[in-house]
Amino acid sequence: MKMVDLLMMIEEQAEKKLSDMPDENGHFGPYGGMFVAETLMEPLQELKHAYLKYMQDEDFLAELDKDLSDYVGRPSPLYFAERMTRELGGAKVYLKREDLNHTGAHKVNNTIGQMLLAKRMGKTRIIAETGAGQHGVATATVAARLDLECVVYMGAEDIQRQALNVYRMKLLGAKVVSVESGSRTLKDALNEAMRDWVTNIDNTFYIIGTAAGPHPYPAMVRDFQSIIGREAKEQILKHEGRLPDALVACIGGGSNAIGLFYPFVDDQDVSMYGVEAAGHGLETGEHAAPLCAGKPGVLHGNRTYLMEDQHGQIIPTHSVSAGLDYPGVGPEHSWLKDIGRANYVSVNDTEALKSFHYLTRVEGIIPALESSHAIAYVKKLAPTMDKDQIIVVNLSGRGDKDIHTVATIDGIEF
Amino acid sequence: MSRIKSCFEQLKQQHKQALIPFVTAGDPNPEITVDLMHAMVESGADIIELGVPFSDPMADGPVIQKASERALIYGTSLSDVLMMVKTFREKNNDTPVILMGYLNPIEVMGYEVFAKAAQDCGVDGILTVDIPPEEAGTYIPALRNCELDPIFLLSPTTTKERMKIICEYASGFIYYVAVKGVTGTSALDTQEVEQRVSIIREVTDLPIAVGFGIKNAQSAAAVAQVADAVVVGSALVNLVEQNALENNKIIKEISRVLQNMHSALT
Repeated sequence: MKMVDLLMMIEEQAEKKLSDMPDENGHFGPYGGMFVAETLMEPLQELKHAYLKYMQDEDFLAELDKDLSDYVGRPSPLYFAERMTRELGGAKVYLKREDLNHTGAHKVNNTIGQMLLAKRMGKTRIIAETGAGQHGVATATVAARLDLECVVYMGAEDIQRQALNVYRMKLLGAKVVSVESGSRTLKDALNEAMRDWVTNIDNTFYIIGTAAGPHPYPAMVRDFQSIIGREAKEQILKHEGRLPDALVACIGGGSNAIGLFYPFVDDQDVSMYGVEAAGHGLETGEHAAPLCAGKPGVLHGNRTYLMEDQHGQIIPTHSVSAGLDYPGVGPEHSWLKDIGRANYVSVNDTEALKSFHYLTRVEGIIPALESSHAIAYVKKLAPTMDKDQIIVVNLSGRGDKDIHTVATIDGIEF
Repeated sequence: MSRIKSCFEQLKQQHKQALIPFVTAGDPNPEITVDLMHAMVESGADIIELGVPFSDPMADGPVIQKASERALIYGTSLSDVLMMVKTFREKNNDTPVILMGYLNPIEVMGYEVFAKAAQDCGVDGILTVDIPPEEAGTYIPALRNCELDPIFLLSPTTTKERMKIICEYASGFIYYVAVKGVTGTSALDTQEVEQRVSIIREVTDLPIAVGFGIKNAQSAAAVAQVADAVVVGSALVNLVEQNALENNKIIKEISRVLQNMHSALT
């Protein structure tokens, strides 16, 4: 091979490095970007610069590491689910135990990071949106620790579904604001938090909980969450001496999935499966699966796959799991879908509920309803694979918050 | 010459400022909108800003959010709004009409298709709240090819450097958002507006409209001292909500308020 050709090949390869995304303005191919009203442009630029600066700052990274280990309890174990593996009769299944983090889910990895950033930027007031309440709890938790005022926006519908988490946030000193507009769920909570932010921009830091929203949020949330994938990579190499064949994670906005996927995106032999909520079934239209059944559009500051009608209005979503009940998805997933790097599949309410019970009985681990979607897909995938193959699934949260929902569905009253 | 340009030139000769009322198309029902537009012109509106209903109006306060929700009960779509402007043009060929809304309905229709349809229906300018110039690479040429003015917002957080960039892309007029916040929530500070407007004048010769926080004839008159146009939205949409069951009363009330503002401006 001529030197020139070799150099060109190397250059092409370098160009193709998937982990180099997004571009300077937050674009993942045609997705992402900064689609916001003018008042937010300058604050977003400020945030972008602070984030880029502190992600290179040794003191910041040391403080983040210390909090993640001493306060959150990281690294989270990578657990070989032996009985589940035996019963499914195919690939070896490893669970990345994000459910064991302080506050019970992966959400805290990101709130710790953004809160440290808020502190460095001199902000005194924290706001957040929440669906299932996990991100709200994780935000209220870190705000309590740093003695910052905290306001959490939550759809009126979700406040009813997740009463336990609402009380947890209040115990932690946060103000929970019930959002009565639109469909009264997560998307409306996000709208309301944006409205608060634009009004109180001088002293307020908005901690977005998922890898969506305007740039720099999708990249920033991914970077804070990718501790999941970095640990998993190191752990699986220790356990098995090689990389896994497949990664599986549930997708609402997509933060736990991108956190697991990102450190593996350049490892082309590792397949990735993002599991969306099919709700009552994709064919009924009552679901929350924009990647599987939606089309691209612009919402909440970024271009991405959305659930929308033919006129571009956002349509109501449904999932038994409040944390997946969102009509959009992080822009990086939209891009990974289009270029074929990740596969996006869906699991309906019934399958997720069955898997909630399944993991509880087979492994003694009660998963969140969100994570139960990922487990349900592993139940389909593992038997199709060889026994020497490996699946790593992100067990993104624990199911304590969902006990009431599941009991009600099972016809049990306390 | 475009309708917007000739409107501002005429007013300038008369040493007057433009009065720009905002209402959401299809609020509280699709039947009222064209009649309301004509009534607003009769009551002193120089330019009409018509809101395109959207399910997730992130930059709007509760008053205009509810207007969108009311309009969406009837399924008022972007194409419906264009048809309303077309009907309005059957009797009015002079008053400029600006559409104000969010990107997604336009994105779904397609920029070129939308721009052509808007031009055919007699729309003059497009103000899309959630598309800054950084993202407007193919959007701006699509509008310009159809002689539509892309109207952009400047806000209290916009730096002078950004103002220069935005004003290069904008035409028709510049819309200065006078408060940090959403529509219809707080009152503006006239002194601060005056300072900001003089900075904007250093970077552009385009007429400057001021909106957000104009509640009554008094604040309209105060803003008109420093700006070329005054936009009033939530104060009018409030009247729609209060009289939502009677179209005649909505038209009467909005006309009354606009007449007051109009005389305060002259």
